Amino acid sequence: MSASRFFGWAIKAYLVVFFLYLFLPLIIMVAATFNDSRFPTVTPWNGTTLKWFSALWADHGMWVSLGNSLMAAAGVLCVAVPIGVASALFLTTVEGRGKSFVYTLILSPLLTPGVIIGISTLIFWRQWGISGGIGLTIIAQSAFIAAYVMLMVTARLQRFDRTLERAALDLGASQWQMFRRILLPYLRPAILSAAVLAFLQSLENYNTTLFVAGYDTTLTIYIASKVRTGLTPAVNALALLMIAFTVVLAVIYEIKRRRDAAARLAR
Amino acid sequence: MWRQLLDRFGLPVAFAIVGVMGVWLILMVLLPQWQMIDYSLHPSLLPAERGGEKDVWTLTNYLTFFRNDIHLAIFFKTIWSSVLVTALTLMVSYPLAYYLAKVATPGQAALCLLLLIIPFWINEILRTFAWYIIFAFRGPLNELLFALGLIDRPIRFLNGDTGVLVGMVYAYILFMVFPLYNAIESLDGNQIRAARDLGAGWIRTHRRIVVPHAKPGIATGCIMTFMLAAGSYAVPSLLGSPGSRWFTQIIYNWFFEGGDWNQGAAYAFLLLALCILFVTLIMRIFKVGLGDIAK
Repeated sequence: MSASRFFGWAIKAYLVVFFLYLFLPLIIMVAATFNDSRFPTVTPWNGTTLKWFSALWADHGMWVSLGNSLMAAAGVLCVAVPIGVASALFLTTVEGRGKSFVYTLILSPLLTPGVIIGISTLIFWRQWGISGGIGLTIIAQSAFIAAYVMLMVTARLQRFDRTLERAALDLGASQWQMFRRILLPYLRPAILSAAVLAFLQSLENYNTTLFVAGYDTTLTIYIASKVRTGLTPAVNALALLMIAFTVVLAVIYEIKRRRDAAARLAR
Repeated sequence: MWRQLLDRFGLPVAFAIVGVMGVWLILMVLLPQWQMIDYSLHPSLLPAERGGEKDVWTLTNYLTFFRNDIHLAIFFKTIWSSVLVTALTLMVSYPLAYYLAKVATPGQAALCLLLLIIPFWINEILRTFAWYIIFAFRGPLNELLFALGLIDRPIRFLNGDTGVLVGMVYAYILFMVFPLYNAIESLDGNQIRAARDLGAGWIRTHRRIVVPHAKPGIATGCIMTFMLAAGSYAVPSLLGSPGSRWFTQIIYNWFFEGGDWNQGAAYAFLLLALCILFVTLIMRIFKVGLGDIAK
């Protein structure tokens, strides 16, 4: 009894320390935005200010790189989602020899370091005279983000009841109608969440993008270069906005999840 | 394979599936990797010299690596540090994953998972930047240690590997927690209770029941963490110093400072080979297949 109570306390203490480890850095980073100091820090506290928000607002380079990031993310969405859905359909339909080879190939981008994907894309397209930029960023990021989309869509497809498919065909639907009216609507939630994930993954990518972005600086590359040269708390202001955006998204997601769960219980 | 697709979807959709996948796997995955290896086996030439008599197959780019003591040392340091990061992340994540999967109520678990995900929607650069502030020479960590009387002058955390290790564990922890959580969650709680009833202590229960069941999750977590750590550019470039360079930084320099892409390609291939080796090794040790990893 006393042993299990000890473990109960130990795990609670561990949880507290763990979440402190997780959130304290973010809290300190956010707090440093409001410190009236030329360099982002919380020690010493030189007085509270909001001036770094206006500094961020006036930062032209930040806006340009944000625009590039959004364009690249939209591009990745258009490329990676169809690829991921196609691969998921392929993997849940095909059986037999050759499948495990294709499967290994599909998973390989997930097990390849991001820098390698960036480098190989950069080298490959050079022979056609295409150098780094938003186009290559979209291609390189999609190469591995498509595999994430595939995993999410496959997870839903595996629970698909194939008798629905046969019923549709028996009732005279063409294969295209079945695909359009039965399969795609069933996959819609998975495709939507995969699309959100693909968009976010693209926005936050650094290691791959670093090699293929060329002069089209994305937001992550811009932040990294700011940290190394010309670091001011304006970077913290940007971090604060991104964290706020994330928390709002997370809260919306959680409310929606609770509502869905409640609706399922009510049924 | 084509027959099965055709039977299920009809010609247009089957054709689209194969076409889209073909473009992806051939143009975006296979050929670029192939081109990278091809590059690494050729000398760096001016555009005019390509295809000429100087354009021969050679291992020179690899020999450069094996003859450079500094680069060799950085390569092995990268391996060792990545293994260390992986082990640390596993130790930190295991209790949490176990708590989430078997101790917490569903509501608590959902809340914890949400809290876990929030820092990971913020990009790697900013997560690393947060530690940069903490570790700064006159930053909060030094002030805290000083106030506690543990040190009498500030420590340069950003000068060695400490900063890089802590930053990496922080950056990649989710890639360990989630596979572990998924694996442990599928364990039947009755097995744990049975072990306890039969007199097994906590440590024994974990060693004999939970850990063997969680093997695929442990393998996946270790593979992802190692791969991310060895291939990271963001963390070492922000939290490291010139004295604690990472192998990816050497690769980057060949491309964008040395201007020798062929040499860089050889170095990149070495990193890729290292990761493939690690993945195979872990799959052997844990006796898991690729199918278990993707779960």
